[in-house]
Amino acid sequence: MTLLTVLWVFGALSVMAVGGGTAVLPEMKALTVNEYHWLNADQFGQVYSLGQLAPGPNMLMVSVIGYRVAGFPGALAAIVGFFLPAGLIMFFCGRIWDRFAESPWKVAVQRGLAPLTIGLMLAGTWVLARTVILGPMTALIAVVVTVVLLVKHVNPALLIFGGGIASWLLGR
Amino acid sequence: MTNEVLRRPEAHEGPGGADETRAAKAAAAASARAGAVPAPAAAGAQAERVTLWRLFLVFLTLGATSFGGGVVAYLRQALVVRQRWLDDETFLSGLELSQTLPGLNATNMSIYVGERLRGVSGALVAVLGMILPGAGIVMLLGVLYASHGHLPDVSLVLGGVGAAAVGLTLATTLQIGRKQLAKPLDLSLVVLTFVVIGVFRVSLPVALLTIGPLSVWLYRPRARTTPTNDAASAGEAAR
Repeated sequence: MTLLTVLWVFGALSVMAVGGGTAVLPEMKALTVNEYHWLNADQFGQVYSLGQLAPGPNMLMVSVIGYRVAGFPGALAAIVGFFLPAGLIMFFCGRIWDRFAESPWKVAVQRGLAPLTIGLMLAGTWVLARTVILGPMTALIAVVVTVVLLVKHVNPALLIFGGGIASWLLGR
Repeated sequence: MTNEVLRRPEAHEGPGGADETRAAKAAAAASARAGAVPAPAAAGAQAERVTLWRLFLVFLTLGATSFGGGVVAYLRQALVVRQRWLDDETFLSGLELSQTLPGLNATNMSIYVGERLRGVSGALVAVLGMILPGAGIVMLLGVLYASHGHLPDVSLVLGGVGAAAVGLTLATTLQIGRKQLAKPLDLSLVVLTFVVIGVFRVSLPVALLTIGPLSVWLYRPRARTTPTNDAASAGEAAR
């Protein structure tokens, strides 16, 4: 039963993930923290951080939420739920996409959804910020990383690991 | 010029992020126009069919080495430049679709490319290759987190990582959205979406089903009205 709930929650998030993982963070937090109480807000932020430490899509962190709820089967249910529905949509649309290459509606959908996507990503960033920025030190790290990435060409992975190390050194 | 375009992603192979995504996109667009990367064998003759195993290995490598959300740059480097499985035009068309549909760019692109090369099984092995390494490592971290998550050192490190991730997603969003943030109509839709979700906490399905159709409608195709307009835009294009 719990497994089905995990599958359902992440499946619903999957089909709504227009604009990728960041875009569904507010809804994911609302569902997993406030509605189902699978973890608290602090843990949500920490699990999100775990996802940053691994290669590949960082939204694989959904498996950690699933694991907390129902062990390894829960982790699998979260991954299947989060990746399968959107994957199927992509698969079938990929096959017919070229047929719409000339359609003016294709452009309308693309251009119309672009600002929506940016708004969703900003909202996701905002919710994430309110979850993980808990004091002057974390605020400073976030600001420094933003500015560095906007003005310089740096490997983001270095900044992610650097943020963790800086926080550990400064906070001890 | 062509060489520079081709060399560009290689020059800083490794780094990811939105800057890279944009650079990859620009490079793809430029060399698609110039026809710089020769049309891949897979598109023309069926002779050089990619084996499923090879497809899996290439995506497994991508899944194990791409960090920091810049998977698209790695994808183009591997698929268009190194393996020549796709031309830039196909790559760009897949990227547009990946960004428009729900799901992550990385997995959507894997499915698109896998399907192009080997159909259903191709899509399956590509996406599995993309997520398996990360899933294994995240799971390992998750198990460690379950037993050690309460330690103050762990919270400190993860707190710093999370804060840095906020910086990364903010910078990524600003870079991807540069165009949208500069146009008044787009900007108002961005702000509307942000306020509705971030401030008023309206649930995502409700927001998607109201703002989505609204903004597609605002960009609906319009019939070209007067021939003067046509002439004007033709002149624009010629310039």
